[in-house]
Amino acid sequence: MITTRILTKRYGPILAVDSVDLSVRSGDRYGLLGPNGSGKTTLLRLILGLVYATSGEIEVMGASVPRRVRDVLPSVGALVEGPAAYGHLSGRANLMLFDRAGPARGGGGRRARRGRVLEALERVGLAGVDNRPVKAYSLGMRQRLGLAAALLNAPRLLVLDEPTNGLDPQGIREIRNLLSELNAAGTTLFLSSHLLAEVEHLCTRVGVIDRGRLVLEESVETLRAPTGRAVVRTPDIDRAAALLDGRIEARSGDRLVVRHSDPAELNGLLVKAGLRVAEIGAERRSLEDVVLQVTSAGSDRVDEWSRHDDSRPSQAS
Amino acid sequence: MITVELVKLCRRPRTWVSLFLLCALPATIAIFLAVTKVGPAPGEEPAFLAAVLANGSLFPAAALAIVLPIFLPVAVAVIAGDSVAGEASSGMLRYLLIRPVGRTRLLVAKLIAIVAFVLLAVVTVAVTSYVIGISLFEAQPGATVTTVSGVSLTPTEVLVRTAGALVYVAISMLGVAAIALFLSTMTDSSLGAALGALAALVTSTALVTLDAAAAVRPYLPTRYWLAWIDFFRDPILWRDIERGVALQAVYVVVLLAAAWANFSTKDVTS
Repeated sequence: MITTRILTKRYGPILAVDSVDLSVRSGDRYGLLGPNGSGKTTLLRLILGLVYATSGEIEVMGASVPRRVRDVLPSVGALVEGPAAYGHLSGRANLMLFDRAGPARGGGGRRARRGRVLEALERVGLAGVDNRPVKAYSLGMRQRLGLAAALLNAPRLLVLDEPTNGLDPQGIREIRNLLSELNAAGTTLFLSSHLLAEVEHLCTRVGVIDRGRLVLEESVETLRAPTGRAVVRTPDIDRAAALLDGRIEARSGDRLVVRHSDPAELNGLLVKAGLRVAEIGAERRSLEDVVLQVTSAGSDRVDEWSRHDDSRPSQAS
Repeated sequence: MITVELVKLCRRPRTWVSLFLLCALPATIAIFLAVTKVGPAPGEEPAFLAAVLANGSLFPAAALAIVLPIFLPVAVAVIAGDSVAGEASSGMLRYLLIRPVGRTRLLVAKLIAIVAFVLLAVVTVAVTSYVIGISLFEAQPGATVTTVSGVSLTPTEVLVRTAGALVYVAISMLGVAAIALFLSTMTDSSLGAALGALAALVTSTALVTLDAAAAVRPYLPTRYWLAWIDFFRDPILWRDIERGVALQAVYVVVLLAAAWANFSTKDVTS
């Protein structure tokens, strides 16, 4: 779906995107993670042909970008750096104008257009919206309107920058379900976020970008694979520690981290020895651990060392 | 995209406010004139105002003379300056481009919307001022009108010549529009683009009257602005009118090419 080869974008002296080799496959739910200012949005803009690369190649659905970007954009829906609309018009009027501005999909007649707009509004939960101008909308409503605009094309690829920004927990779940549905129907999702939980819930593959470089690209399953350790909570902590002597990696309160790859077998061992087990399971790394390990502080944090020294303090994980 | 731009132009309150203001200034002057009957001496600026007291059907020409130096260019600069920069600052520019609307097409649609606005503005001013003119002053619809050269014109001739003057004034505004549109592709601030275009006009107006700048005078965008008056001479003095049209055409072509070159290679980061 999207492939970039040693993609680089320089704004004057600032290297916004640095030799990125990214690959989003058809049907993926790809989450692009990274601290603020790491280059996520610039990468999205490059892929959509809004900014031009300094060097490197981009291919979207087989077409080279930006040269042939207009051939593929009709089947791409996007939300880039927050929704936008004409404040003095209603949401519906905005979508009607927006729909008419581009190539018509499934008929350019007024009726076909009205149907498309209504369908998009329904999908994002704005079907009953009145004729208030957009400037009176709440942040969440604007976000939904932006998503509706992205869905107008019935896109095969959705490129979304922070799709749940400004939504409440219900709204977030609603949009997550909507995106899952669209993905199940064949739409490839490419979304950027700094909300790790959101990506962990929704995405099957993640790319992590730090200071313009793609430092990790992996499936969520692999990242979250068991670490070969098991976590046990037991009220009989002393006896358990004695029993598993030599295999204990950490102990705190009633919690033990044990070097053991099979929690079921470990459980049997403990129970056979007459120990009570409150909780047991394989240890998995959270996405947060992984991301914090490979990234530095966001560009909105300016420490003294960053001005003198390029080496960064290692982050606890 | 052209339809979209025209719809946007019509649905924007700013369009109608600026049209209203354009019509309000001549109307105010007409009311003062009609109440006091104190006209400017013949030959004094603004042109035609002295003649209006005798014949109200000349008031459209007087209204043009009133709005041309400042009001009309300001309105055009504001609308044209907002055209691309306004989309950029509202964030809609990126969405239009990925809709997708081609960059060249967007620019052309913007230009057509600006031309539509200029024509609408000129025609509205003419129509309202005609109505005001014949209702406030001595209307002599059947009578002849004396031209600037002293020859009499029939009402049909007045109509044709007024139409010619309107078209010429509209063309004169295209240079301003092109300057503002070009600046509008350079910046994300509509205010900056509009003020930049106005600064260019003020400079031009200052240099036109400066004898030391005589060498550049024929190339200044405002040099032939007043040539529309030549439509009311007998015979019509085409020399300055033709030069004025040619000059505006050069400004439009050069600045549009520059706007296109800049916009089509620009990183859209707004």
